[in-house]
Amino acid sequence: MEIRVEHLTKRFYDRGRRQTTTAVSDLTLTAPDGALMGLLGPSGCGKSTTLNMICGLEKPDEGRIFFGGEDVTDLPPEVRGVGMVFQNYALYPHLTVLQNILFPLENLKGAARPSREEMVRRARETAALVEIEALLDRRPRELSGGQQQRVAIARALVKRPRVLLLDEPLSNLDARLRLQTREEICRIQRETGITTLFVTHDQEEAMSISHRIAVMREGLLMQEGAPQQVYDDPACLFVARFLGTPPINVFSGEVRRGALLLDGRAVLEVPEAADGPVWAGIRPEGFLPRPDGPLRCALSRVEVLGRDVSMVCTHPACENGSLRAIVPSRREAEASGGAFALRPDKVFLFDREREIRIPFRAARA
Amino acid sequence: MERNNRKAWLYLLPALILLGAFLVYPLIDVLIYSFEEGFNFASQTYFGVGLYNYRYVLRDPYFLQALKNTFLLVLITVPVSTALALLISLGLSSIRPLRQLYQTIYFLPYVTNTLAVGLVFMVLFQKTEYTDGLVNLMLSWFGSGPVDFIDGPYWAKLFVLCFYTVWVVLPFKILVLTSALASVNQDYYKAARVDGTSRLRTFTRITLPMISPMIVYLVITGFIGAFKAYSDAVALFGTDLNAAGMNTIVGYVYDMLYGASGGYPSYASAAAILLFLIVLTITCINLMASRRQLQG
Ligand SMILES: Nc1ncnc2c1ncn2[C@@H]1O[C@H](COP(=O)(O)OP(=O)(O)OP(=O)(O)O)[C@@H](O)[C@H]1O
Ligand SMILES: [Mg+2]
Repeated sequence: MEIRVEHLTKRFYDRGRRQTTTAVSDLTLTAPDGALMGLLGPSGCGKSTTLNMICGLEKPDEGRIFFGGEDVTDLPPEVRGVGMVFQNYALYPHLTVLQNILFPLENLKGAARPSREEMVRRARETAALVEIEALLDRRPRELSGGQQQRVAIARALVKRPRVLLLDEPLSNLDARLRLQTREEICRIQRETGITTLFVTHDQEEAMSISHRIAVMREGLLMQEGAPQQVYDDPACLFVARFLGTPPINVFSGEVRRGALLLDGRAVLEVPEAADGPVWAGIRPEGFLPRPDGPLRCALSRVEVLGRDVSMVCTHPACENGSLRAIVPSRREAEASGGAFALRPDKVFLFDREREIRIPFRAARA
Repeated sequence: MERNNRKAWLYLLPALILLGAFLVYPLIDVLIYSFEEGFNFASQTYFGVGLYNYRYVLRDPYFLQALKNTFLLVLITVPVSTALALLISLGLSSIRPLRQLYQTIYFLPYVTNTLAVGLVFMVLFQKTEYTDGLVNLMLSWFGSGPVDFIDGPYWAKLFVLCFYTVWVVLPFKILVLTSALASVNQDYYKAARVDGTSRLRTFTRITLPMISPMIVYLVITGFIGAFKAYSDAVALFGTDLNAAGMNTIVGYVYDMLYGASGGYPSYASAAAILLFLIVLTITCINLMASRRQLQG
């Protein structure tokens, strides 16, 4: 079931004052049928609010929400057919795992309500899907964080919802479990084929499992697309900064007659870019160590972390003084002495004022 | 480990000595008194040891009346006040504007002096030569005759006593329950709403179990408090409770010690021990029942 929101806006009135906070503003977004979509952004950018509006807990001030072709904006949550997993799981502590999973089914009324045996059968089937059959008689507090997470997913799925919504599903888990549960969510989504929207502020998490990502900032949608595409083609400085570890290196530079100047020196041909001051973002993998390269930095140190060799250098035009380049080998790093050539496809130019992307025709270096 | 243990006991010692001197010792003393037959206060002598005091108390019509009053009071006021407090707390936690104001108003009886409140109740309920009282005035609008709530039929007096007790214990219960309700994580309600849980089911399957420890606490303290009722009855019906037929067990104990017919510490002790046994039994039953319910 495709999820589509159009011009969604939500304002909150600040307590006692007449001012409003616009949590989500004019958001238009589509999660294709059967996709796993990541909603990404820094804390407070309106991700949870968006999710709450889609599941019906929060009423939008403007805009419509569609599931498939159906307008669900004015429907209450229970008839929308959504499954929701909360950040802290919200499992009922006094009920067993089985009772928790049964709970949504027991709410059904009339013809939709299955027989008791059918309910238990479906609960067990869902428990099997998330691999918690052995834990059905335990209570939530007797489970690990990862197990609680699975129970929460099972409870959300047992009613066979049309869409699954997850609010920061991994943020309460430790690093290892997070990696494992991430795969798990991916697998469950693949097996059920349910359209899933999940919220996170961890870009790596979103990049690794989503089919599509949407990056938000202060209630506004900044960019939407396939993860790799957004990474390779960021629409603005914010998105370029938000995606990628280690983060992109930002320089204040200038374009003059088709060349990018950093600290007064031309470092790259940028044909068709207009003259003027710019922000230049260079991905860590965009630096090629060359002893005769045009970008001359002072090498501070070479770090070897597992398979990655990174060079930490300083350059006067670099925004926070030091930059980090990922290079193929230590030998090359030391031979270059801190001089680089640049890969044009890893260099992005942004307007200095508005921070939006300035395109240029990339010639191979 | 051993050292730590000794240190812990050392720290507890002052409290234990005080408890022993002012709680355990008197309790044992009362127990001893209650078995000493024909105790003479002046000469501090007694005839023998046995169950005579208990037999006397259990046959005393005043005690039986007090027992009946107390039990009725407990059985009526504890469920009524708890249910009412729950209802009001639910109302309070579902409104936003003026909530603080309402909370303050509901809390007022708690900080008001018992006897002053009793006086107000007298004004409301008492029938004198000049006026039938405010409540009777209201009753007359519905066409029913005046009832003497303070000096009239038993059921009317019991009603006033129960009404008064509920009114006095309500604020504390509301306070406890509103904070219990506020401490339930809102995410449970959100999850319930997404799952389409009806309001009744949300209340019985989520809210009630979540606040049940507090309800158990209120019921147990409510039982104990109601069994120990005395000043409420005095505030309404004056000190000669036996004559008014509105005595309570604690009142009976007091009367046996200091009242007009007093001077019988042995009978008072026996009555006090009986009260202790009743409260103990009921508290144990309460605890067991609630534990089973929490598990089930
Ligand atoms: N009930 C509310 N009343 C007033 N303001 C709110 C309310 N809920 C959210 N906001 C505001 O709306 C904005 C977006 O909040 P939201 O919870 O959607 O952020 P988020 O992206 O989920 O952040 P996080 O990653 O920290 O969970 C924030 O500025 C927040 O202060
Ligand atoms: Mg959030």
